[in-house]
Amino acid sequence: MSNTQDPSALLNQRSSRSGRTNYELYSWLFMRISGIILVFLVLGHLFIMNILDGGVQRINFGFVAGRWSSPFWQVWDLLQLWLAMLHGGNGLRTIINDYAERDSTRLWLKGILYTTVVFIILLGTLVIFTFDPNLS
Amino acid sequence: MWSWVAHRITGVAVFFFLFVHVLDTALVRVSPDAYDRVIATYKTPLVNFLEVGLVGAVLYHALNGIRLILVDFWSKGPKYQRAMLWVIVLLWFVVMVPGIYFMTKHTFEQLFGTAP
Repeated sequence: MSNTQDPSALLNQRSSRSGRTNYELYSWLFMRISGIILVFLVLGHLFIMNILDGGVQRINFGFVAGRWSSPFWQVWDLLQLWLAMLHGGNGLRTIINDYAERDSTRLWLKGILYTTVVFIILLGTLVIFTFDPNLS
Repeated sequence: MWSWVAHRITGVAVFFFLFVHVLDTALVRVSPDAYDRVIATYKTPLVNFLEVGLVGAVLYHALNGIRLILVDFWSKGPKYQRAMLWVIVLLWFVVMVPGIYFMTKHTFEQLFGTAP
């Protein structure tokens, strides 16, 4: 079983693996807190985008412009972006730790992962904040 | 065991989609036309069925995630973990059946001229 699912296993492991920090405990807690928030944000997003009022067929630049004219949807999307990328990034980190056995492989995969997560979060944030509805 | 395997697989799949999805949405900063062209692929029958898969994966991951939280924090969680698995499988079908209908309605009209 995954070491992020069982806090007692995690506490036993902590002394041998990561010294005196509580990093894995915070990571385990973060997955649960962000997970609960993401259930509402992401399922709400999927419902609006794919099911409500004609679903994906009605989406275009004008639709995005209409939504992002409201701070409510800007904050929704921004929070969703950050939490989903950090939640997914942390999940992939766990999977890399579980399956990549060689130290160098783990290091490379995590390097690529962290670079990607930072890039996507920055790009998405930039797009939300600098969106121009009058762009042609 | 299998619920945990499925949780990992759906998690990874959704993460990779999210990566692509932020990139395609970023095209709104390039031009309305570039964005509309890439969004047009989301409206094709093939990608529409992939979207059903995406929604199914996210929904399973969300429901099983709630189950995991209950197992961890609810005192009776471990006792009912198997029962809760059947509850989430049932909920998954209850949401997906109408969900698939509304998501693929347009595609069926396009392919066969009529909705099922």
